[in-house]
Amino acid sequence: MSKASSGTLYRGREGMWSWVGHRITGVVIFLFLLVHVLDTSLVRVSPGAYDAVMATYKNPLMALGETALVAAIVFHAFNGLRLILVDFWKQGTKYHRQMLWGVLALWVVTMVAFSIRHLSIAFGGH
Amino acid sequence: MSADIAAPRSQRLDPKYVRARKSRGSFEMVAWLFMRLSGVALVVLIFGHLFANLMVGDGITAIDFGFVAGKWADPVWMFWDLAMLWLAMLHGTNGVRTIINDYAEKPATRVWLKGILYVATVVIVLLGTMVIFTFDPCIAGNTIAACK
Ligand code: HEM
Ligand code: HEM
Repeated sequence: MSKASSGTLYRGREGMWSWVGHRITGVVIFLFLLVHVLDTSLVRVSPGAYDAVMATYKNPLMALGETALVAAIVFHAFNGLRLILVDFWKQGTKYHRQMLWGVLALWVVTMVAFSIRHLSIAFGGH
Repeated sequence: MSADIAAPRSQRLDPKYVRARKSRGSFEMVAWLFMRLSGVALVVLIFGHLFANLMVGDGITAIDFGFVAGKWADPVWMFWDLAMLWLAMLHGTNGVRTIINDYAEKPATRVWLKGILYVATVVIVLLGTMVIFTFDPCIAGNTIAACK
């Protein structure tokens, strides 16, 4: 097993940072999902309990948190698809670096579009 | 004069010297493949979930008990959420298992962390499944006209 905690094995450049990013976003999404299933389960308690908790998600400050969460998911998703292409597509290993720039470009475009829509709804200007 | 010297490595290895235990190997193979197949499905499921809940209509401001009741009146969304729950939880659990294997070096620490992980996974998957199948739009406390 690798001893990543000692850190010295790694000489990577983009490849290493995209791997670190993929790992961190994976854990963050997982922790969110645990809480998310718990808050959704309040629909079995009462409409009032569910609505009260959902009201906290509509706070503009929470909208920034939601945007950060979506940023993590969109990165993990696009980079995950890149990893799958590296494994299954014949030319994958040859173009993995170019594909990483593709991932980042798609990520920026998606997040700009998402943020404009989500934040304008959340900050009440729609 | 001739001596009969058996070829080395000809099926005569003591099992304790065989490194690749077969069952373990195929489990990791299945897990590796599952991470990729579930990943492709999750892109569609999660992007669809976020689009339907945050991008259309009034987005986040529209989400309340009635919104959930409206979605789960449609079996397509029930199945969508069920598939998303199971795939995301199994994918995430397997990913976190890999991370525990990488960083937790003491066997006892590993056993504990993975035990907590698996218990959390089972509880959340069962709870989420139960919530989807037993959802009741006219649960006590709902005062809308349709429930009178
Ligand atoms: C949106 C679609 C997703 C795609 C395309 C995707 C893809 C992937 C891929 C290809 C891997 C690498 C597996 C390996 O190295 O063997 C991975 C790892 C991982 N994923 Fe996902 N995933 C997605 C969603 C999720 C979700 C929703 C969660 C959390 C619930 C998650 C958590 C993780 C974790 C924790 C890892 C392990 C990271 C590591 O070992 O460094 N992923 N994902
Ligand atoms: C801020 C972003 C999110 C919002 C506002 C949101 C909102 C909701 C709502 C209103 C429901 C109730 C049913 C429905 O609408 O289909 C729900 C259920 C669900 N969501 Fe999300 N969601 C978000 C992000 C996510 C993400 C990133 C995932 C996956 C990793 C996810 C996974 C699920 C699952 C599995 C259920 C079903 C829960 C159950 O079985 O009880 N959600 N979500």
